[in-house]
Amino acid sequence: MPRFAHPVFEYRRSADQDSPRPAPHKVVVVGAGLVGLTAALDLAQRGIPVLLLDDDKTVSVGSRSICQAKRTLEIWDRLGCAAPMMEKGITWQVGRIFCRGKEVYNFDLLPEGGHRFPAFINLQQYYVEQFLLERLREQPAVEIRWDNRVSGIAPREDGVRLTIETPDGAYDIEADWVIAADGARSAIRRLMGLRFKGRAFQDRFLIVDLHLPEPPFGRRGPTERWFWFEPTFHPGDSALLHRQADDVWRLDFQLGPDADPDEECKPERVIPRVKAALGDAFKFEFEWLSVYKFQCRRLEKFRHGRVLFAGDSAHQVSPFGARGGNSGVQDADNLAWKLAMVVKGDAPERLLDSYDAERGPAADENILNSSRSTDFMSPKSKVARRFRDAVLALAESHTFARRLINSGRLSTATVLDFSPLNTPDRDPFPPAMRPGSAAADAPIRQAGRDGWLLDALRGGFHGLYFGDDDTRHLPIPVLRCDPQLDRDGLATKRYDGRPGTFYLFRPDQHVAARWRSLDPAAIDAALRRATGKA
Amino acid sequence: MTGKLNTETAFANPDDFYDALIEAHRGLSEEQSAQLNAKLILLLANHIGDLEIIREALTLARGNA
Repeated sequence: MPRFAHPVFEYRRSADQDSPRPAPHKVVVVGAGLVGLTAALDLAQRGIPVLLLDDDKTVSVGSRSICQAKRTLEIWDRLGCAAPMMEKGITWQVGRIFCRGKEVYNFDLLPEGGHRFPAFINLQQYYVEQFLLERLREQPAVEIRWDNRVSGIAPREDGVRLTIETPDGAYDIEADWVIAADGARSAIRRLMGLRFKGRAFQDRFLIVDLHLPEPPFGRRGPTERWFWFEPTFHPGDSALLHRQADDVWRLDFQLGPDADPDEECKPERVIPRVKAALGDAFKFEFEWLSVYKFQCRRLEKFRHGRVLFAGDSAHQVSPFGARGGNSGVQDADNLAWKLAMVVKGDAPERLLDSYDAERGPAADENILNSSRSTDFMSPKSKVARRFRDAVLALAESHTFARRLINSGRLSTATVLDFSPLNTPDRDPFPPAMRPGSAAADAPIRQAGRDGWLLDALRGGFHGLYFGDDDTRHLPIPVLRCDPQLDRDGLATKRYDGRPGTFYLFRPDQHVAARWRSLDPAAIDAALRRATGKA
Repeated sequence: MTGKLNTETAFANPDDFYDALIEAHRGLSEEQSAQLNAKLILLLANHIGDLEIIREALTLARGNA
């Protein structure tokens, strides 16, 4: 099996470095990680020129995000790069939880059919970044500068001056807008003196990425997420197993707060742990190992004038739940269309305040879930430990206790409830697909070809109409959902599409508004509201 | 405090309940008793299934009602 070889992207001197005055740029994205690449790609496809700066010369190194969620895949598919990821990634949807050697609970994250993308694929971040980069290189409006590190920032009301360090020395540029996607140790956050508030967890974890020529546990069927509480091979703590592409497997061992990170990384400590988990007979090679602690924290505001923070620079969570990278990609998805409209003059600047109003609560939701998982996995007191043990003991024979087991609540699309861009329901609807929800996918048939609903809702605002009235006078394209289109009836079911029902979708495919009848005046008002004009 | 939590006598024979509670712990070590209590709380809380009532009880039990 071929292994990943990290590409090296050479530094190239740019004309900006010889410019007598700082060269002007519309949008500068700082950080070519998952989030920066997604944002740059989305903006470029909306016709906005982007300068992308990265302080490194390659894609992600080491153990980073691996679980790419359904919503994230839908976003990357909209940007035209999900196909190679699906091909390379490991599809999974079932999680199993073991306690002291016995299985106590399992969950299926996508029990229904009729979706283009699975609940998750596992794919190493370096592959994801490589596929995003390949797509980005097809965009003439994007320039990437490697080995360009932001070392100074001077934000003003109408723009931002950036100072950039390179192997040739420093130079300045002017940006109308800056997206700070420069990660958990964000230089921009530090340079702007912004507080990153939250909780630091003391527990240490050992992460081991192993190359295994043969799958462990005799499993050749569907790949699953396995989580152990107090396994016999690692008594007293927990462990997690994930399969990745190229026969790489991730083992994550809880070590407790007193573990010595340097000692625990030594092969003589790690090899016995791996052998205890997988069995003596297994051949393996280390791809990566490290000991980590984590924090759950966030910036108070994600928009600071013309500087917008996205991904880990804005918020950080524990890895349990796959809420780091996936929430960052949702940030980029939320921000790109808004910034594109503002840059083009199609929406007022205050539309960008809704980025904070929508993604701030999403970060809170992720931090809450992540903190709770961590508290369950590493109880902070004797009594917390006692309740945890009681839950695990009861779970063997009582279903209610199984739902209390928390080994990570896995990332789903955040519903943007209470967003100022939503038009609240006026007509009776069930809660599913309420304003703020990410559009549910469904198989459709158009012009004699099978396809997917989300594909038909790409670009700008869209309508989905379950009625017969003429919609040609509406200011947006409308997809008519009739029995021909909705070949399996799933769109009708998922949207509760009774005759006359109309959904308004935003460019990021979230529901802006919905009605039980076609009402052009209401659609106009909802469009104004969803673009920050009302 | 008036709420949904019933703090009036609910048992027809309260002595029988009390006796059963103490009896369940008979012969257990302190550790085992603590484990029993934890399981008991989880079982009963799920049976009640109303977080508002449980929050009231938690507040009362903590003694800062």
